[in-house]
Amino acid sequence: MSQRQLTKIYMYTRFERLWHWLQALMIIVLLITGFEVHGTYTLLGFKTAVEVHNFVGLAWLILFAFFVFWLFTTGEWKQYIPTTRKLIDVLLYYAFGIFKGQAHPVQKSAGAKHNPLQRLAYLGISAALLPAQMITGLLYYLYNSIPGGIDLSILAVIHTLVAFLLVNFLIIHLYMTTTGHSLFSHISGMITGWEEVYDTTKIHDWETTATKKT
Amino acid sequence: MQRRSKRIFNSIGRITGMAVLILLLGSIGSGMASQPPATDDEALGMKLAKQAVRADTHWTTTDHSKVKALDQNFTSGQQITQACLSCHTDASMQFEKTIHWTWKVESDTPGIMNGKAGHAINNFCISGNNMEDKGCLSCHVGWNGVEQGVNCLSCHGGTKYNYKEVFGDIQAFVGDDDPETLEIARELQTEVQSALDNITLPQRRHCGECHFKGGGGDGVKHGDLDTSLTKPNKKLDVHMAAEGADFTCVRCHTTVRHNIAGRLYTRPAAAERKSLIQDDMATKITCESCHGNLPHKTSSKMNDHLDRVACQSCHIPEYARVLPTKMSWDWRTAGDLKDGKAYHTDGKFGKPVYKSIKGSFVWDKNVKPEYFWYNGGFEHLSIKDDIDPAQVVEVSHPTGSLEDPNSRIHPFKRHQAHLPYDKINKRLVAPLLSGPDGFWTTFDMTDAIARGNKTLDVDFSGEFDYVQTTYAFPITHMVAPASNAVNCTECHIREQGRLASITGIYLPGRDKNPFIDTIGIIAVLGAFFGVALHGLGRFFTRNEKED
Repeated sequence: MSQRQLTKIYMYTRFERLWHWLQALMIIVLLITGFEVHGTYTLLGFKTAVEVHNFVGLAWLILFAFFVFWLFTTGEWKQYIPTTRKLIDVLLYYAFGIFKGQAHPVQKSAGAKHNPLQRLAYLGISAALLPAQMITGLLYYLYNSIPGGIDLSILAVIHTLVAFLLVNFLIIHLYMTTTGHSLFSHISGMITGWEEVYDTTKIHDWETTATKKT
Repeated sequence: MQRRSKRIFNSIGRITGMAVLILLLGSIGSGMASQPPATDDEALGMKLAKQAVRADTHWTTTDHSKVKALDQNFTSGQQITQACLSCHTDASMQFEKTIHWTWKVESDTPGIMNGKAGHAINNFCISGNNMEDKGCLSCHVGWNGVEQGVNCLSCHGGTKYNYKEVFGDIQAFVGDDDPETLEIARELQTEVQSALDNITLPQRRHCGECHFKGGGGDGVKHGDLDTSLTKPNKKLDVHMAAEGADFTCVRCHTTVRHNIAGRLYTRPAAAERKSLIQDDMATKITCESCHGNLPHKTSSKMNDHLDRVACQSCHIPEYARVLPTKMSWDWRTAGDLKDGKAYHTDGKFGKPVYKSIKGSFVWDKNVKPEYFWYNGGFEHLSIKDDIDPAQVVEVSHPTGSLEDPNSRIHPFKRHQAHLPYDKINKRLVAPLLSGPDGFWTTFDMTDAIARGNKTLDVDFSGEFDYVQTTYAFPITHMVAPASNAVNCTECHIREQGRLASITGIYLPGRDKNPFIDTIGIIAVLGAFFGVALHGLGRFFTRNEKED
């Protein structure tokens, strides 16, 4: 393979970065306090854990509303449209190609931030897991005010299950950030907004529907 | 056109970003504002309660030291009562209809009377034997048991004074002309007179004379009622503390025609939970009457507990905090004699752990309550109820359940005992204890049961054995300062929490779905080892890279 040239592109806007890190912080705080409330360990003390969990949970709900608004007004939601195209390639890359130093089959660009595997994962997170967690969390929080009442154990079990899945996601997500051209290139991209990519990469037309102007 | 729309999106992005920041900072700010400086730190319930008792100074238009009817030489208690009745004409008539006088009250079952003098059985001296057990009568509000009428001074006397002894002396002096004797008699009269000067509404010591000492001694029965409440400090009882609100018993146990609210046989003492603003003639003042139904700070999760957890559950962390209370009474060992004589052995706390006349006891202090669903009523066994001796017999147990919306989790002292029962009829029995024919003199249980059951007109087969029993008392006094309230983790904890026995609910921190937790942990570990292996793979193949 020929020598690949690195180039920096502005990938993540200020809002996206703020959104990403705030959400990361909130999810981590929610996981830490949530599992304490669940009785898995003692860290802050039950009462503090509950108070922090409730406060951060509600704040996250508000933040998420802004995120959804932003997603639809900017058309960025198209970055999440799932596709099976090159999905197998990406899977094969992470299963084998990565060990052979092959190039990623789908390179990042501002117009297509997510590869097909990411699209699927992030759509699952944003459209299924997070809303499930928010709905069960809110119902849990408002449990006493809900007329007729609901079975708290059902809410709690779903809330716990999704929390475990989010821990899972967090581990894999953190690990995947190290799979850029250097260990920290993805992370620094999310911090500064600028990410180094190979400029020889061709961005395919089907990937850029989000920013494609008509 | 394209550039413009891009700029608009860009600015929208900025504006929303700012808005989120402002909102977040704002909500963080308000989150902190929910714990403002101490000056305005009062919860709504506290404000309401302070308002409710603000004008709580008792005033009267009668100075009993100036009342003519009381200014005479009394030679018997009955004369004093007559003097009272010369103004308070209907007082004794009212009082003689109350359970405080009759010790009996109708139960839901025809033919069964509740009350000490009725068919009720208790875990202590077992039965009042229809007032035939004279030992019990020391607590009866009469001049001499039931025979000589109501003793108004039991509850209204200004000074604690042994009238019985004094009138005994005065009567003995009658007809004695010795000047010295006359002088003593005059002095005694003056003492009686001054004791009558400060007639009062019932104080804690009046009620306490019997209710602190129920079951045969200080703190025996209730656990949350003993003589430490005569002059409690704020740490022991925030409401009755002399340096605090200084509540008397009747501040909450309101009265109507000498009927005192708070009786707990079968029916709830207070059927409805309402504030004094809703109904200032509520039959019994409960916590909510003054503290409202949202007593904690608005943002507090504690307010969400009130539908299912009684205030007492958290605010009375332990009972018997100053004086010990009797936790169990084993009648099986009663009757052991040393050299033909009754004896007793004292244990720690300086309280008897064995008495020949009563059996073995266990005392304890600073006891954590047990918790049960409670709707305000009690299921109470009488001498006419059948029991299953193979089981632990619940002589008195709170009614209520998770399914009942009026039930809340409430703290109780549960007293354990071994009581005699009729082996053939399978019912509890009522041995006669005091007096020349009672067990305390004869030490013959079979005979005592035969005599005792006879007072209640209940058949005894002649054969008895002992059965294990429990008797629950609601814990509702000795409310501790808020800072000493039960911590979240005393219930919200996996193992051995206070509510470990309350099942059928999901209690965060205590309960989990073992299946989900196991799957979750396996998945998390799987992910962890998965990425670790993947990372190792990348590390070891790093030299094979094509570039």
